[in-house]
Amino acid sequence: MKRWGLLALVAALLAYPWLVAGSDSAAFLQDMGALVLLSAVGASAWNILGGYAGQISVGHAVFFGAGAYLPLLLYQHWQLPPLLGVPAGVAASLVIALFVGFPTLRLVGHYFSMATIAVAELVRIVIGNWDFLGAAIGLQGPATSRGWYDVIFRSSVPYYYIFLAVLALILLVTWQMQRSRLGYYLGAIRAGERAARSLGVPVRRYKLYALMLSAAFTSLAGSLYALKTGFIDPDSGLGILVSVQMIITAALGGAGTLFGPLLGAAILVPLQTATNTWLGGSGSGLTYIVYGGVIVLIARFEPGGLIELGQRLAALRQRRRKVVHRAA
Amino acid sequence: MILLQVIVGGLLLGAVYALLSSGLTLIWGMMNFINFAHGEFVMLGMYAALLTVLWIGGGPGIFGFAAALALFFLGILVYFSLIKEVMRGPMLAQILSTFGLSLLLRYAAFWVFSPNVMTLPPTALAGTIDLGGILLTGAQLVAGLVAAVLTLGMHLLLTRSRVGSQLLAVAEDRNAAMLMGIRPDRMQALAWGLSAASAGIAGALWAISFPFSPAVGETFALTAFVVVTLGGFGSVPGAMLAGLIVGLIQALSAYWLGPIYKDVVVYGLFVALLWLRPQGLLGTV
Repeated sequence: MKRWGLLALVAALLAYPWLVAGSDSAAFLQDMGALVLLSAVGASAWNILGGYAGQISVGHAVFFGAGAYLPLLLYQHWQLPPLLGVPAGVAASLVIALFVGFPTLRLVGHYFSMATIAVAELVRIVIGNWDFLGAAIGLQGPATSRGWYDVIFRSSVPYYYIFLAVLALILLVTWQMQRSRLGYYLGAIRAGERAARSLGVPVRRYKLYALMLSAAFTSLAGSLYALKTGFIDPDSGLGILVSVQMIITAALGGAGTLFGPLLGAAILVPLQTATNTWLGGSGSGLTYIVYGGVIVLIARFEPGGLIELGQRLAALRQRRRKVVHRAA
Repeated sequence: MILLQVIVGGLLLGAVYALLSSGLTLIWGMMNFINFAHGEFVMLGMYAALLTVLWIGGGPGIFGFAAALALFFLGILVYFSLIKEVMRGPMLAQILSTFGLSLLLRYAAFWVFSPNVMTLPPTALAGTIDLGGILLTGAQLVAGLVAAVLTLGMHLLLTRSRVGSQLLAVAEDRNAAMLMGIRPDRMQALAWGLSAASAGIAGALWAISFPFSPAVGETFALTAFVVVTLGGFGSVPGAMLAGLIVGLIQALSAYWLGPIYKDVVVYGLFVALLWLRPQGLLGTV
């Protein structure tokens, strides 16, 4: 049953660009599909640390920004293909993760969140005033494609499949992690750090592993964003809202679940597109009011997200069905 | 002489930081909880002051009090509607609750008050005062002194009064306090009220001399994080000392390096602190 569901999901994701190709707004729908996948990539990357390990980073924009800036930086100054910057972004993210994680992860809970928000803001201000990195104006990628290595396509469909491949990679790694020693250790850490430590889990080291894994994939999400948009500035690459987007997407679907981030993205991205089209420019402000409200509501009523809610409802229905059977 | 003026100005600014940070550190000391919406409380204090001036009129005494009162009730409301429940939930819920609240308040303020930069109408404190060659505006001087007195008052309230003992008892051991006839929920709600009020009044004091917009909250929240970390979590005297230090560092770095670097230096200090002394100057972990 579960296997068929997964197969159907994969088939639907693979076929989506063709399924909507016949509609009047095919290009729009394909682009939105790509954006959903991109958002899911970022949220799944955050999920490794925030969901599975329970360490709530509110500064993941730093890793996203590293991945987004380096490819365009290589092009801007040396006309190198942006693709070369992708591993550089991952490397930079790992260094930042070590630098931030090593001192903060020995402390519990809120401290780490506070540190991440401060580091993200520090980096945003510094880069916003650094001319080499484009300062407030930002960086631009190649305007026209010079070859396949520039990763520039007119249609959204190639991006869609690239994003899908990266998402598949992240989910595969996460799934493997879930079943490995790392996954069990992270679960123990999330449930209670002190208890985990007393049972011999090397808490700090494993938290650091989770942070580095998460940072590397978040950087990848940033690179994908930069390659597709061909433009990055401090707000779109490093702003707090970049982190917010990852957090809310993962938390809405279900933090600490494999498909939660994808579910969250499939709901939030169309919602955001809709508010922006209906309400015009003023819609973006409203979007973030709604985001804030949704985050508060999730925290207050449904910290497990929609997936957990769905599981609970399903269990409830099953129990009710059993009762009916017995009565009959 | 200019350097001396910068130093005095920085210390007066630091007193305002100390006031708003003492609210943040109070919540941490009470319930090991970081309020990510604290900066937005400061921002709302500014707008509460502005609305009071526009609707009722009156000087800094009136709008400062109004801001404190409005935020006091907001703090209590937030405690009972949100914090009380999420405290029982997982860490994810605790952090996301006030983080979401901060977004909600910030963007709601953008929506309601527009993103424009606002200023309070000039008050009786607008003139310049000459203190033996150091030129200060009356607003700066009064804001700094009032903030210092209120922070001291908060410390005295916690250490010398009956309510303060009850607050600390709940912080120490919720269940034991309950057995002693203290109602923990009321005490924690009171702590949230006091914390928000300190943020609100700090915002009002700040707004007398500086322009503001709905976006200022984030900077204040981060500055308060730095102050609380430097001073040691949960320590009001620590926050007082650290507030003054942070104000001084900000003023000096703005003077020597240029205004855009004042926040960079402070956040950089925070990162350095995480490596060197995460328990703060006066704190223990």
